[in-house]
Amino acid sequence: MIETTIETTLQTLDTTPIWLSIKLASLTTVILLLITIPFSYWLYQKGRRVKSFFTALASLPLVLPPSVLGFYLLMLMGSNGPIGMLSTQLDIQLLAFSFPGLVIASVIYSFPFALQPIQNAFESMGKKPLEAAATLRASPVDRFFTIALPLAKPGILTAAVLSFAHTMGEFGVILMIGGNIPGETKVLSVAIYDHVEALEYDQAYILSGGMLLFSFVVLFTLYYLNNPSLSQEKTR
Amino acid sequence: MSEIKANFLLAKDGFSLDVSFSLPEKGITALFGQSGSGKTTILRCIAGLEVPDHGGLKVGEEIWQDKNYFAPVHKRDVGYVFQDANLFEHLTIEKNLHYGLKRSSKKTNLSAFEDTVQWLRIGHLLSRKPSALSGGQRQRVAIARALLCQPKLLLMDEPLASLDLQSKSEILPYLESLQTKLSIPIIYVSHSPNEVVRIADHMLLLKHGKVLASGAVNDLMTRTDLPLAHLEEACSVVTGKVMSHDQEYHLTYINLIGGIVAVSRLDLCQGQPVKVRIVAKDVSLSLAPGEHSTITNIFPVRVVELTKTHDPAKLIVKLDMGQEYLLAQITVKSAATLHIQANQLVYAQVKSVALIS
Repeated sequence: MIETTIETTLQTLDTTPIWLSIKLASLTTVILLLITIPFSYWLYQKGRRVKSFFTALASLPLVLPPSVLGFYLLMLMGSNGPIGMLSTQLDIQLLAFSFPGLVIASVIYSFPFALQPIQNAFESMGKKPLEAAATLRASPVDRFFTIALPLAKPGILTAAVLSFAHTMGEFGVILMIGGNIPGETKVLSVAIYDHVEALEYDQAYILSGGMLLFSFVVLFTLYYLNNPSLSQEKTR
Repeated sequence: MSEIKANFLLAKDGFSLDVSFSLPEKGITALFGQSGSGKTTILRCIAGLEVPDHGGLKVGEEIWQDKNYFAPVHKRDVGYVFQDANLFEHLTIEKNLHYGLKRSSKKTNLSAFEDTVQWLRIGHLLSRKPSALSGGQRQRVAIARALLCQPKLLLMDEPLASLDLQSKSEILPYLESLQTKLSIPIIYVSHSPNEVVRIADHMLLLKHGKVLASGAVNDLMTRTDLPLAHLEEACSVVTGKVMSHDQEYHLTYINLIGGIVAVSRLDLCQGQPVKVRIVAKDVSLSLAPGEHSTITNIFPVRVVELTKTHDPAKLIVKLDMGQEYLLAQITVKSAATLHIQANQLVYAQVKSVALIS
C-alpha cells in the first residue's frame, strides 16, 4: 500500500525544479570561481586597508537577511530600477523574475562563500613561494599559474563545493527576485515550499529527503578534501 | 668583469637602511652583523625583492637599478638561496630543479644538470616531494636550483641558520667549495663568525643599517676598533702551504708566513695552499722562544697594539707576523709581568690551530 503511494508520487513528481537548481548552482559556481580567484589574488597583494574594505564589502551577504538582499536586488533589477530601466531601453529581457536574474543574485549571495576559502589559501601560502619563483625568472603571470594556483587548490575546491551547496539551498533571495515561474525560476527549495503550501507532503518528503542526503554528501566531501594533511601523514 | 656597485636607502617599520658599497667581482663576500643590522634587507634589495626608497645597483656592465629604472626580480640574473630552502611544496624535486632551468635564457646542457645533481648528491631524491626531505637535503636542492639558472651573481641568505648541527656539517663543505667551483661573485649573509671565516674572503660589516667596515676577512677580524676582535670567539685567519707530513706522530706541518704549525695529519699534497684559523684565546705570549718548546707553533711577532676588552681582566693584543696579523687574548696581569708594549718583539705560542680549507 505504502510502496504504491511512493511509486505513484515518484511518477507524478515534477523533476524540473531539481534540474533547474543544479543548473543554477553549477553556473553560479563557475562564474564565482572565475571572479573570486583573480579578485582574491589581487586582494592578497594589497595592503591591510584595501583588503579589509573589500573583504567586508564582499562578506555583507553573510550577515544580511536574504530578504534584505533580495529586496535591494529587486529594486535594482525591477522594471522601475536603474538596471531594469536600462534593460527596457536596450530592449532585452528584464532580469527580475528570470533565470539570468537568479544567476546574478546567486553570485552575489554566495560570493563570501567562494571568496573566503580562496583568500585564506593565498594568505596561508605567504609571499615566499612567489619570491622564490621570481628569483627563478618567473614573470608575475607565470607565478600565478604555476605557483599560486596549484598551491591554493584545496581552497579553490572548498570554495567550489561551498558555493554550489549554498546556491542549492538558497530560498529567500530567490523568492524575492525570482518568484515562482515553473521551468524558469522555480528551483528545488521553492518547489518544496509550494508542495507544503498545497499540502502535498509526499512530494515535500521526497524532495526534502533528497536535499538532506545531498547536503550531507557535499559536507562529507568538503571535510574529506579539506584534510589532506591528515591523509598525507598516514601514508608517510 | 662583474664588479658590484650598490647604494640603498630605505626606511620601513622603524628600521632604516643607508648603505653604499662595492664588492669584488670574484669570490665570496659575507654580509655580517647582528640580527636587525640589515643584512637580509640588502640581499633582498639586490635581488629586487625589496624596493628601496632610493638606490642604485650595477652588476658588471648591467644596470639593475638607478633613478629612473628598477629591473623586476625575474629580469635579474641572480640565484637566491633562502634561509629555509623555500622549495615548491607542490612539485617534485626534479620539477623544482627544472623550474628555473626552463625559464633561464641561457641554454644549460644536460651535462650541467647531471653535474650539479651529482655534485650535491641529490640524484636519489629527484622523484620525491620536498616534504619528504631532511633539512640538509632541502638546502642542497635549493642550492642546486639556484645554480642551474646559471646566475651572474649568487645570493645566499643564512643557508645554515635553520639547520641542526649535523645538517650544517653536511652543507658546509659544499659552501667552502663553491668558491673554486664557480667563477661568479657570491654574497653570503651570516651572523656566525665561524661560518664567515670558513667560507668568505671578503666581508661587509653591518650595524644598525649602516656599513661599519668593508675589506678582507682577516683584516676586519683583527681590527681591534671593530667589534669582531672583541667577540668571545675572536680569531684570525692566516694562509699557508702544506710543508710536510710526519708519519710517526701523525702530523702535518704547515708553513705560514711567520713560522710553522703542526696539525693532525691531513690528506693533502705538499705545497697545497690552506687557510688556518687561530683563536685568540689559544695564543699566549712570551719574551723568549722557550728552551723546551719545539720549533713549531711558535712565531716571532711584533706587538702592534694592546686593546682593552669588556672584561677588565683581559686584553686583546694584535700581533704582526709579517704582512699577516694574529690576535692574542691575554690577561692584564701577564701583560704587566712581561712589560708588553706596542712595537715590542715577542714570541707568540699557539696552542692549537684549526684548518679551514
